[in-house]
Amino acid sequence: MTIQLEQHIDPELIPILEEVHDPEIPVLSILDMGVVRTAKVLDNIVKVTITPTYSGCPAMDVIGDDIVHAFEKVNIKAEVSLVLAPAWTTDWITPRGRKALERYGIAAPLEAEADKEVLLGGKRIVKCPQCSSPNTKVISQFGSTACKALFQCDDCLEPFDYFKCLK
Amino acid sequence: MFLIKANFTMKNENKVQYIFGIADNALILGQRLSELCGHGPNLETDIAMTNMALDLLGQTRSYYQYAAQLTEGEKTEDDIAFLRTERQYKNVLLVEQPNRHFGYVITRQFFYDVFHLLFLRELENSTDSTLAAIAKKGIKEVSYHQRFSSDWMKRLGDGTKESHEKVQEAVDDLWRFTDELFHMTADDTLAVEHHIGIDVKTLKDRYYQIVSEILEEATLKVPETKWFQKGGKQGIHSEHMGYLLSDLQYMQRTYPNMKW
Repeated sequence: MTIQLEQHIDPELIPILEEVHDPEIPVLSILDMGVVRTAKVLDNIVKVTITPTYSGCPAMDVIGDDIVHAFEKVNIKAEVSLVLAPAWTTDWITPRGRKALERYGIAAPLEAEADKEVLLGGKRIVKCPQCSSPNTKVISQFGSTACKALFQCDDCLEPFDYFKCLK
Repeated sequence: MFLIKANFTMKNENKVQYIFGIADNALILGQRLSELCGHGPNLETDIAMTNMALDLLGQTRSYYQYAAQLTEGEKTEDDIAFLRTERQYKNVLLVEQPNRHFGYVITRQFFYDVFHLLFLRELENSTDSTLAAIAKKGIKEVSYHQRFSSDWMKRLGDGTKESHEKVQEAVDDLWRFTDELFHMTADDTLAVEHHIGIDVKTLKDRYYQIVSEILEEATLKVPETKWFQKGGKQGIHSEHMGYLLSDLQYMQRTYPNMKW
């Protein structure tokens, strides 16, 4: 567990890393999620560092194993380690990742201020990923995983997850 | 002119003890919250509390992995979590108090969250880069915890007659455990001298100010009692700790070295 200031991913490794998905949000590759901090080849071994979304994120162990397996498939040895700093933020989710979230039925995170107004002030601006209505309300600040809150749309009445802003 | 500078580094064994003083609180409170999994008053609250437990256990793992590194292979993070004896745990008495009713659980959480956030906001400036990184990560999570528990304090305090009475009773009962949060151990003092740790005494006024403001908003009385309990930080725990540990350690004690 160390500190890794710069993000650096060797371009030739991107196609393999793109194959690895977040086990809890399978539509999102770990690159779109922004959890891969570095990936480079050193002495014929691929060294990857990943950072957790939340400290206790149980997906990290699985993601680590999945990365090793993805490289094994193409006969490359990979080693994965965890870094904690700088801490992950929802800003690292790529625009493509945000779209994938929405299509999957998870509302993408708002900016910090708006996020507060929604979660604390009950402001209705989070768009329902099903019907796009902003007439939605918080059911619970904690949802099916630590990174999400539970919402309900008052127009189509569907419940949905909102990815909380983390900065 | 002489420049006197503390150039010696903190001994690993003292640093490990300092880390236990921080991390054991997260482990034990996380364990208490985990006990509620499937028993919350409703689904959303149940999920919220287990999510907070998960955050706390995640933070615990980061601290313990670091402590394990400092033992240079002598201990693993699992040894630290599961194979110590009661007196070797340095958590405060507050976090080991058992789950009674929901108001009690929320009050315990609220009393700890306010401290936890103030503490991490200082720890993020530690000269120890690993502790600073764990703190930075934790701040984001604990801010949510404090929002959640403060919110519930207000709802319960300013709720029905029954919820008000129950949460006031919890505040009165748990208040005696709050002062210990601001006691310095010998390892705390060492860690402060080395610019690694936090002087928790300096957080006290701010803590009681925040707690009082929220209690007042929740229409609850701030207890006036000046009698406080202590001991956890020295490893002298309440009778509840033994039961908690037997539950926590059961698997590792029964099936030594088992892995998931």
